[in-house]
Amino acid sequence: MSALRPAARQRLDVTGAAAAPGAMAGPGAGLAAGSEARPAAGSGAGPASGPGAAAGRRPAASAMAPLALLLGLAGLLAASVTAATAVGTVQLPYGVTARVIAAKALGLVGAVDPTYEAIVWSVRLPRVLAAGVVGLALAVSGAAMQGIFKNPLASPDIIGVSSGGAVGAVIGIFLGWPQVNPWLVPGAAFAGGLVALLLVYALATRAGRTDLATLLLAGVAVSSLAGALIALLYHFVDDGVLRQIVYWLMGNLGGKTWEHLAVMTPMVAVGSFGLWVFSRDLNLLLGGEDDARSLGVPVERTKRWVMVLTALATGAAVSVAGVIGFVGLIVPHIMRLLIGPDHRWLIPASGLLGASFLILADLVARTAFSPVELRTGIVTALCGVPFFLYLLAKRRDMVRWS
Amino acid sequence: MVPGEMGRELLQARGVGYRIHGRSILADVTVAVQPGECLGVIGPNGAGKTTLMRILAGLARPSQGQVLYQGRPLARLSDRERARHIAFMSQNPHVGFGFTVRDVVAMGRYPYRGRLQEWRPDDWAAVEGAMAATGVAHLRDRLITELSGGERQRVFLARALAQAPRVLFLDEPIANLDVRYQLEILSLVGRLRDRYGWTIVMAIHDLNWAMRWCDRLLVLYRGRVAACGPAGTVLDEALIQDVFGVHSRIERDGHRAVRVEFLSA
Repeated sequence: MSALRPAARQRLDVTGAAAAPGAMAGPGAGLAAGSEARPAAGSGAGPASGPGAAAGRRPAASAMAPLALLLGLAGLLAASVTAATAVGTVQLPYGVTARVIAAKALGLVGAVDPTYEAIVWSVRLPRVLAAGVVGLALAVSGAAMQGIFKNPLASPDIIGVSSGGAVGAVIGIFLGWPQVNPWLVPGAAFAGGLVALLLVYALATRAGRTDLATLLLAGVAVSSLAGALIALLYHFVDDGVLRQIVYWLMGNLGGKTWEHLAVMTPMVAVGSFGLWVFSRDLNLLLGGEDDARSLGVPVERTKRWVMVLTALATGAAVSVAGVIGFVGLIVPHIMRLLIGPDHRWLIPASGLLGASFLILADLVARTAFSPVELRTGIVTALCGVPFFLYLLAKRRDMVRWS
Repeated sequence: MVPGEMGRELLQARGVGYRIHGRSILADVTVAVQPGECLGVIGPNGAGKTTLMRILAGLARPSQGQVLYQGRPLARLSDRERARHIAFMSQNPHVGFGFTVRDVVAMGRYPYRGRLQEWRPDDWAAVEGAMAATGVAHLRDRLITELSGGERQRVFLARALAQAPRVLFLDEPIANLDVRYQLEILSLVGRLRDRYGWTIVMAIHDLNWAMRWCDRLLVLYRGRVAACGPAGTVLDEALIQDVFGVHSRIERDGHRAVRVEFLSA
């Protein structure tokens, strides 16, 4: 049975639908010619390729702009790392800093001044890189959360990971764990985040289906509960412990070592890469669950995976750095305005900008009122919120989602 | 049903019921969709048209009964497998914001490629072909949010086309369009059906359009099948009175109904 009857052809041409000549190049170029040929479908030829599809290629131009932007963001990240490593109580020349990083990274020990090397490699770089990894984790998670909730106010905090992590950490500090073992508090934070996520997820899931609106509300409720629990603990601690708790709650990148990085980085890498793998699913979910399902997205499984991967990346970041707000909220918005809503670009771009943003915010936190060191979370809030408001006022149409 | 005829139907609902929050939306619906036909689903608001369409398309699981696709339980197919056979255009399709027309049409290729698989030239050929066949190729770089209602409907038809389905579900495809676009979209659907041998299941409010464009009509009333039969003969004044609560007069050409005129409520 020929699907391309002459009559159908002529009628089609009348509408101008196939205004371009050769729009129906004939059978063989169409859908059914793909790997899923389906003879029974009665459509020997799918829609034949149009003139623009002569080579069957996506035009290169549409991929160039995002790629250029990604390269630019990678450059910004390299510059941020170098600048943040060079600047401090002892100011190092940028060139020397870059050379130390390059030399150490390439394994050429001894090629540089050992004093510089000690400052760069042992003191500053771990902290700078930790800031970068945390920023990346939060921004990537934020992009995924805003996508899956179709809600511009969603952030990694929304599923309770941050607040649950805070409760875990605060309980650990309250019980004096920092004196026992330096890894107990981060471990408690990670566990707390997982418990909160499971609680939120269980509240929003009925018969295997997760209702995202309920999940959002459950996240808010669990966060409030976490806040109340932490506030309750304030009454039972002395000033020294209170200081530690507040320090942790405002986010803190001081004293981070290569060990912290070694623990956190693999989890963030797996979580972030995993979220990127779900990019197309997230794109389709923007159109609603039913439409996504009709296009073949395993909706419930996707939601579960995105939550688990977000919890992994965010949980790792929070357990090492404490609660750092606004990165996960603002960075994805900025990138969505610049690069569009396609998560295949949005996720890596958000990750790169998030890393640079937190490195620079931490630089400000260290140096603005030196020798007093601000908490990084204060800086991200102070920089982030006005910028967010500016975006809202300037590009209201883009922030308001359909 | 004659046992020997099993499997001839492309899609089949058997004793399907659907309850939510203790309320019955559908009860005991048995219907078969024949290959190549256009089945119209009609009925008053709240009759369960959309729910039945979603269940037939595998987007929702029935509380009772089951749906068979080519004689096999539809529920056994993965979402991805099902999407290569069945496309569903919902009543108000939308996509976040800021996707270009080509991006939206390309979403139709999702079920054909794994998450980490690079797209192949024939994917892009399918996308370009679908845009050409629906007349949206010149809009390819425009944002979907900038288009008019009729143009958007065409883009979502192109997305369904890129999906290369056997069965296309259309839920009120012309609900918010003016009469010119209604005619344009329905004609386009008809041409695409001729060309690709689509089987179509379409929920549609307008009885005159339904009689004109569908081969058979399924009349739903309060979650049950009130009637099902050839589009030209299934409707009569008494049925329309019972189901829609409207006095009507049907113009006939011989036995075949060609037009419904509504007289009073």
